[in-house]
Amino acid sequence: MELPIGESVESFIQFLLSNFEPIFDGIANILGGFMEGTGDFLLMIPPLFFIILLSVIAWFLANKKVALFTVISLFLIFGMGLWQSFVKTFVLVIVATLISLIIGIPIGVLISKRKRLDRIATPILDFMQTMPPFVYLIPAVMFFGIGDVPGVISTVVFSMPPAIRLTKLGLKQVPEELEEVGDSFGLTPFQMLYKIKLPLALPSIMAGINQTIMMSLSMVVVASMIGTKGLGSDVLNGIQRNDIGIGFEAGLSVVILAIILDRITSSLGTITQRKKA
Amino acid sequence: MEKIQVKNLVKIFGDNPKRGLKLLKKGYTKDEILAETGLTVGVNNVSFDINANEIFVIMGLSGSGKSTLLRCLNRLIEPTSGEVMLGDSNITSLDKKELRDVRKHKFGMVFQNFALFPQRTILENTEFGLEVHDDITEENRKEKSLDALEKVGLKGWEDKYPDELSGGMQQRVGLARALAVDPDILLMDEPFSALDPLIKREMQDQLLDLYEELNKTIVFITHDLDEALKLGDRIAIMKDGEVVQVGTAEEILTDAKNDYVREFVQNVNRSQILTAEDIMIKPEELLYENDGIKTAKYKMKRNGLSSMFAVKGKRKYRGIIRLENLIDSKKDIKDLIENTKTAKPDETLDELFKDMADLDVPLPVVDKDNNLLGIIVKGTVLSNLAGEDD
Repeated sequence: MELPIGESVESFIQFLLSNFEPIFDGIANILGGFMEGTGDFLLMIPPLFFIILLSVIAWFLANKKVALFTVISLFLIFGMGLWQSFVKTFVLVIVATLISLIIGIPIGVLISKRKRLDRIATPILDFMQTMPPFVYLIPAVMFFGIGDVPGVISTVVFSMPPAIRLTKLGLKQVPEELEEVGDSFGLTPFQMLYKIKLPLALPSIMAGINQTIMMSLSMVVVASMIGTKGLGSDVLNGIQRNDIGIGFEAGLSVVILAIILDRITSSLGTITQRKKA
Repeated sequence: MEKIQVKNLVKIFGDNPKRGLKLLKKGYTKDEILAETGLTVGVNNVSFDINANEIFVIMGLSGSGKSTLLRCLNRLIEPTSGEVMLGDSNITSLDKKELRDVRKHKFGMVFQNFALFPQRTILENTEFGLEVHDDITEENRKEKSLDALEKVGLKGWEDKYPDELSGGMQQRVGLARALAVDPDILLMDEPFSALDPLIKREMQDQLLDLYEELNKTIVFITHDLDEALKLGDRIAIMKDGEVVQVGTAEEILTDAKNDYVREFVQNVNRSQILTAEDIMIKPEELLYENDGIKTAKYKMKRNGLSSMFAVKGKRKYRGIIRLENLIDSKKDIKDLIENTKTAKPDETLDELFKDMADLDVPLPVVDKDNNLLGIIVKGTVLSNLAGEDD
């Protein structure tokens, strides 16, 4: 006898589909439109200008070395003819990360306060992180069809846990005595959060943001299997055509994007700790 | 300013404190309740008053419940039963919003490990309490904070960060942060315990200076009896969640209510605590300026003394007259008066030692108007040091 776990999951998904389809369509339309618009806009910008803009940002948020690396490596990507794919992947990662943070950080705040919620959330987060990422692709396609939107959605699911976990961790590590300071001066719970807890948890939250970005980068490649455009689909092309050259070039571009985003966001964590140099 | 009244305050830690409360009423001890229910009695039926504008020290060893008691005053820890009254308002029955208002305006708290925010500058740390006051402009806030920093002697350090300051200076910031909101009551939770002895003494002196100048009630927690005796107008000694004695330093030292307090007091260096006023005695008889030589001789003989102090009028101190000078003298008594060292009433025994050492006559104690208050005889000093009562 077989346990019908797979079947029940399937019927649950079917139930969602048949009852909430308009909602999913709405999400797909809005998200798809937004991403296409942003992608088109960034592609309209001359690559040279875009490269300079990104390295200036890198200079401000990180340092000269990172800025230099950004310029050189982005020219390399441009030179390999992967500029369009790069911009698409860039947009995908940024959008997925933003959604992850918008949902993940408040959840982290919530479960840091409530033990019971935390007990419920922990196994769910474990599940989200260890489930092979390919599995997310199936319901994503069923809900949102193929293309960029299901790619973003499955990326969000996969990359959100570190944002939640590290937000929670950072908030829990705020020394009790400092919370007492807040109480003794008559702070409201909300003032306590934004005046004491969040500033002190910021380094940990920034580490969470960094991790989220790294996880979404690894996911966008997998998402190419459901028609998500970008560097991932170039890698997939390489596999399907047995073309090691194009596969390597696209893979290298992903690595470059990862390094740039990692260096920028990880230095952000140390900057926010103290304003002075 | 209002006085604080603590009435039958109980704090029991654990899952079902009401159960512990019942047992407590039946007369169970702290240990019995712990064994029976697993509940910890933090504060056990404590009542006392804190007068307006006094330094009230709560002293006890760790685990005696003193920090819990302090936190019950502003309800950082919610009391299980009992009342805390501030003037006419009952702190224990305030709702959340009223409680926040009281905390904002009435209480300022200073913490053992300073509890400064590492990412804020000294000025920003000091401004912290005022940031949640709605009725204050940014400039006003800064002005008050700078003012508070100047009071604690940290002018010029505004833009530094806490980790650039020594422990003593960090605690000054903690004090400035509490002073900036201009509260009526300062709650200080072992504020100087983390500091080394020299800095500690310096901070104590500074606190006393600020106290003179500021007109505030200070509730001060410590485990150090010397500190308690130095700072406290009145001292409450706690043991196992109960207040075993409340009184002035003098009362605690000389009239210990039970063995626990006595044992504590035994180790105090009495020479630093007792002052001239505490140990002086009434002179048996005095000479008056216009007494004749004969009268003087007679008075000395009658009392078996070789010297006596002379006063003018009722008790204006003039000096000492020695018997040997009287014997063959034809002079007026006024001309035989010699000047001697005198002591002020608030000088400690420690300070008196030097003066006493090379003196063969008693030491007169005079107040600032030069009235003779009493005399100190060497024998009294020694017996007081030995810790004998009377």
